[in-house]
Amino acid sequence: MSPPDVLTAARRQAVSVSLATGLYGVSFGALSVTSGLDVAQTMALSLLLFSGGSQFALIGVLGAGGAVGAAVASAALLGARNALYGAQLAPLLALPASRLVPAAQLTIDESTAVATAQPDRTAARVGFWWTGAGVFVLWNLFTLVGALAGDRLGDPRTYGLDAAAAAAFLALVWPRLGGPQGRTARLVAAAAVLVALATTPVVPAGVPVLLAAAVAILVGVLSPALPAVPVPGADDPGADDAAPPGTTGADGPADRPDHRRSAP
Amino acid sequence: MTALWLAVLLSSAACFALKLAGHLLPRHWLAEPRVARTAALVTVALLAALVAVQTATDGGRLVLDARVPALAVAAVALALRAPFVVVVVLAAATAAGLRVLGMA
Repeated sequence: MSPPDVLTAARRQAVSVSLATGLYGVSFGALSVTSGLDVAQTMALSLLLFSGGSQFALIGVLGAGGAVGAAVASAALLGARNALYGAQLAPLLALPASRLVPAAQLTIDESTAVATAQPDRTAARVGFWWTGAGVFVLWNLFTLVGALAGDRLGDPRTYGLDAAAAAAFLALVWPRLGGPQGRTARLVAAAAVLVALATTPVVPAGVPVLLAAAVAILVGVLSPALPAVPVPGADDPGADDAAPPGTTGADGPADRPDHRRSAP
Repeated sequence: MTALWLAVLLSSAACFALKLAGHLLPRHWLAEPRVARTAALVTVALLAALVAVQTATDGGRLVLDARVPALAVAAVALALRAPFVVVVVLAAATAAGLRVLGMA
């Protein structure tokens, strides 16, 4: 059993992460309706898909005129990391089968980061559920605000929303490129940019992004053992003092998540 | 059903299946370092490619316009550890401001 202050710290961390992440649901909502989806489709994405990177990727590819298949493939490839988070969380949380469906839906960057940063299983469960539920509620609320506001805007370029979409992707990839472990990631990112730009004039919309992913698969499968790329966590200034280094649970992953900004 | 709804529902189903699979699959399948490394690199590659496509292409053509300086401002904000919302708003404001000044 955790001491009460450990659980309080986990809850406080969860609330600040939820607020920071939920707020930028506004940018997703506005970008989604200006990409051509309606408010209902935008809300369906935040409720059902509920994974920020995949949601931005889907609307990015559809907005650029990409085919359904390319859009779904991009979203699913970006969602693949959530499977790895689930594999980290399963032994850490040790949930009963009846909780698996809600737990799976709430398995995102932020809930994984907060859960794995806790010192024991009870605190990990508190951190996971509070962060997952908090982000879910606020992300959907602010998606609705953004979608309703975006519906009233005219040309999105007037407000720089096309640049906002690019900045959103940059903010999502940024925490994955840092530190000595990020060297391979930086090389792959540079190769992905080159492949995407070089192939854009010659293949249908949406395909350049998938070709860039193929480069990463080749590097990942063929290259000899490289240092693992850290799991980015959520942007939470309080996280570091709440979870001193070396306090992961007995079953927890060896690498502590990196507490920086990312999408749900 | 429209193509957009199809994309929304198929991607939601695929992403939920991936999340659930992580909780259900035997742990050693996904604990394989090559799998973890490849998944991490795929995430990086997709996001980096999306940055490039959103910044410098328009309808299948390479284009340099107000989005490029806006992205540079976003990068500076990220280097200064600005929160996500601030990064996105600064980029939008930069592009909007440059367009008011007459840049494409």
